[in-house]
Amino acid sequence: MPQLQRFALPDVGEGLTEADIVGWRVAVGDTVAVNQVIVEIETAKSLVELPSPWDGVVTELLVAEGQTVDVGTAIVVVDTDPDGEESDDDTGGAADVPAAEAAGSTGTSGGVLVGYGTSHAATTRRPRRGGAAPAASPTPSPTPAPTRAPAPIPAPAATPTPAVVPAPETAPGRPVAMVSTPSPTGAPMLAKPPVRKLAKDLGIALDTVTPSGPGGIITRDDVIARSRQGEARTLATYPGDDTPWLADGVVSGDGRQTRVPVRSVRRRTAEAMVASAFTAPHVTVFQTVDVTRTMKLVASLREDREFADVRVTPLLIAAKALILAIRRHPEISAAWDEERQEIVYKHYVNLGIAAATPRGLVVPNIKNVHSMPLHQLAEEIAHLTSTARAGRTQPSEMRDGTVTITNVGVFGTDTGTPILNPGESAILAFGAIAERPWVRKGKIKPRWVTQLALSFDHRLVDGELGARVLSDVARVLEDPAHALVWG
Amino acid sequence: MSSTETPVAPAGTTELSWPDPCEVAGTVRLVAPDGSRLPAQALELSGHGVYAAAAARTTPDQLRAMYRDMVLTRAFDREATSLQRQGELGLWPECRGQEAAQIGSAHALRPRDHVFPSYREHGVAHVRGLPLHELLHLFRGTEHGGWDPTAHGFHLYTLVIGSHTLHATGYGMGIQRDGDVGTGTDRDRAVVAYFGDGATAQGDVNEALVFAATTNAPVVFFCQNNHWAISAPTSVQTTVPLVERASGFGIPGVRVDGNDAVAVKAVTEAALERARAGGGPTFIEAVTYRMGAHTTSDDPTRYRERAEEEAWSRRDPIERLAALLRAEEHADADFFAAVEAESAELAAGVRTYCRSLTPPPAATIFDHVYASEHPLVAEESAWFAQYEASFDGAPAGGHA
Repeated sequence: MPQLQRFALPDVGEGLTEADIVGWRVAVGDTVAVNQVIVEIETAKSLVELPSPWDGVVTELLVAEGQTVDVGTAIVVVDTDPDGEESDDDTGGAADVPAAEAAGSTGTSGGVLVGYGTSHAATTRRPRRGGAAPAASPTPSPTPAPTRAPAPIPAPAATPTPAVVPAPETAPGRPVAMVSTPSPTGAPMLAKPPVRKLAKDLGIALDTVTPSGPGGIITRDDVIARSRQGEARTLATYPGDDTPWLADGVVSGDGRQTRVPVRSVRRRTAEAMVASAFTAPHVTVFQTVDVTRTMKLVASLREDREFADVRVTPLLIAAKALILAIRRHPEISAAWDEERQEIVYKHYVNLGIAAATPRGLVVPNIKNVHSMPLHQLAEEIAHLTSTARAGRTQPSEMRDGTVTITNVGVFGTDTGTPILNPGESAILAFGAIAERPWVRKGKIKPRWVTQLALSFDHRLVDGELGARVLSDVARVLEDPAHALVWG
Repeated sequence: MSSTETPVAPAGTTELSWPDPCEVAGTVRLVAPDGSRLPAQALELSGHGVYAAAAARTTPDQLRAMYRDMVLTRAFDREATSLQRQGELGLWPECRGQEAAQIGSAHALRPRDHVFPSYREHGVAHVRGLPLHELLHLFRGTEHGGWDPTAHGFHLYTLVIGSHTLHATGYGMGIQRDGDVGTGTDRDRAVVAYFGDGATAQGDVNEALVFAATTNAPVVFFCQNNHWAISAPTSVQTTVPLVERASGFGIPGVRVDGNDAVAVKAVTEAALERARAGGGPTFIEAVTYRMGAHTTSDDPTRYRERAEEEAWSRRDPIERLAALLRAEEHADADFFAAVEAESAELAAGVRTYCRSLTPPPAATIFDHVYASEHPLVAEESAWFAQYEASFDGAPAGGHA
């Protein structure tokens, strides 16, 4: 039987009420030993490494990097008896109750966790933003999904960009003490703790304050001045524009702009996209396909008893088509190793699926799909997307992808020019399927039509190879019987 | 004359930016950082021959015991630090790096001597026979003090900086009045007050030195100069070596390499001997280094450089004694393995013990206000019991 222990954030100073999670040193699935460092946190006083109280296996990280959590909040779940059965149920159950745990801990660490008494006092971590927000939005104890959601999918223009890659591990070097408030120049902002507290309460980022104190120190007056300047009574645009994705933001004086710090998934997405777009020269090729037969296949599979327990979608067939195309052109399953000046050919396919989640864009991948029967592939896609939507995708699930599909069609988009997931050399955008007039045997007929776009890294994939892969995908979708021929 | 400039064996590495402060004339060092004993002739010339002779009388058994105590103390210290980080302790002051100063000096004590520690003397507590886990009560907040000071001649930790040096002087004056000084028998006793470089700038410490000097009290003022008073370096406490302060009070002062357990023991023995015999107080400056944070609430990376910490880690007191034991073939691999195993066991025991501690009944706060019965305290205690009982069905005491 798995024995799940929850580690509550201790008060590592004297009377501290909260801390920022700077970086996890372990991932889900890692084995940890007593006193092994598992996470680095930053308090108002110092940067501190927290050791594991138990031997066991990490089953869940309850708080994302960059988040601020109250003392007493459970931050990680460790299975101290990992030789029990698979613990899916247990972690699921555990994730449902983090807030209720705040007052104490369960299990062997006993009820007396020094300094935990303060956490219940509904400390509002969300900054008070003048009159812009309804008073006192009591922030519940953090749930696994961060509250800073980047909106229910913004503009369609942004959608074709897939790919988040796990941050390049936790930065190897120990960050400087005041990482959370670097100035625009990268140097730490100087302010005394009460002033920092005031700025935090007012929801003011220290790097937006102009210091006037000796030696560039931020004074209380500076923070207050900044606060006056930033206090917009109402947003100048339209009602309802202030929740929830602007929760962390600072509204400009005229109420026309809100500045939100770039953190977490948003930041990693940006880094990955910049890295990819400016190292790999992208080429995108397009093809319009008649997928009527694929739609018929989908319909008949849905009737099939063997597939009764899974969801059959056009995306499933597209995934299979891409796998078949890669089998016929394995050179596309490769990566550019800049450092060693080598091309790494991969004799396997780990298929990434770009997923829009409340946390932002994540690209988990299914390992070893090259040897996977269709039914299992359907199961895996379903599992992957539900895990991603629940915000439980683990870094290991985002590592080592070889190719990605981004299903821009679900948003009604025809197609796009996707950016490569770093470390991969191809990405397929699967557009919306709609009935269109189509010339067939000399006559115009209504057919189910879609557009495919394949971006590839031109350093190692030439136009011919890219076009062949895309056309193979298209051929399978046009006539799934090709799968019989090539499979 | 110039030959008194003791040529000390180089520390193996030259650090221009972080010179070894123990490589200056007058600082007693008997074992170099590489574990080799300094030549007797050189020590004789520098006036440290008496300490060398005392060190020569230190038996292999004693050396091994000191090593074991240092390793156990460090293991305990590490475990307690982790426990604080896991929310099991409210605070922990690390003693890492100061083991030689603490264990060496404590090994010079006799059972009847009395120690007034600050709050970092875990090594001294251990040598005095106080089970280390008893130190945790105070830092978990389950006791106000935590142990009986008379049981091991080891006073309660004092968190106010330097105030206990006055208690030490007062206790020493009491010993004089009991006639326990200068009898030349086992009856003679002395007091050691432990404090840090920062405390020397406190008024209390200066007052304690004045009184000890003028009353000739049997007190050894043992200053562990660990270079940092929280974030304030020693340079803001003094412009001369701290040991030079002693002469202004009319007290003899000795500066010793605080990471050389053998030298610390020899120097402290001599000072205690003098005190017990009625010779009066001595001021010892043990030059060491606080390798950890001031306490778990402190972040030393904010005020000191990594290079400085690395320079001191190469002067590690435990490694130095281990090197000596190996060089003189007083210990083999089995011995080191056994000590290692013992320290792991100690750490595990401390962890279990710490987690088992629960808040005491609230009424115990009245227990030690006075040593004897006191009518006002009794009255308050009775009222409190009644108040607690007024909560329906709730168990008395223990507001966890």
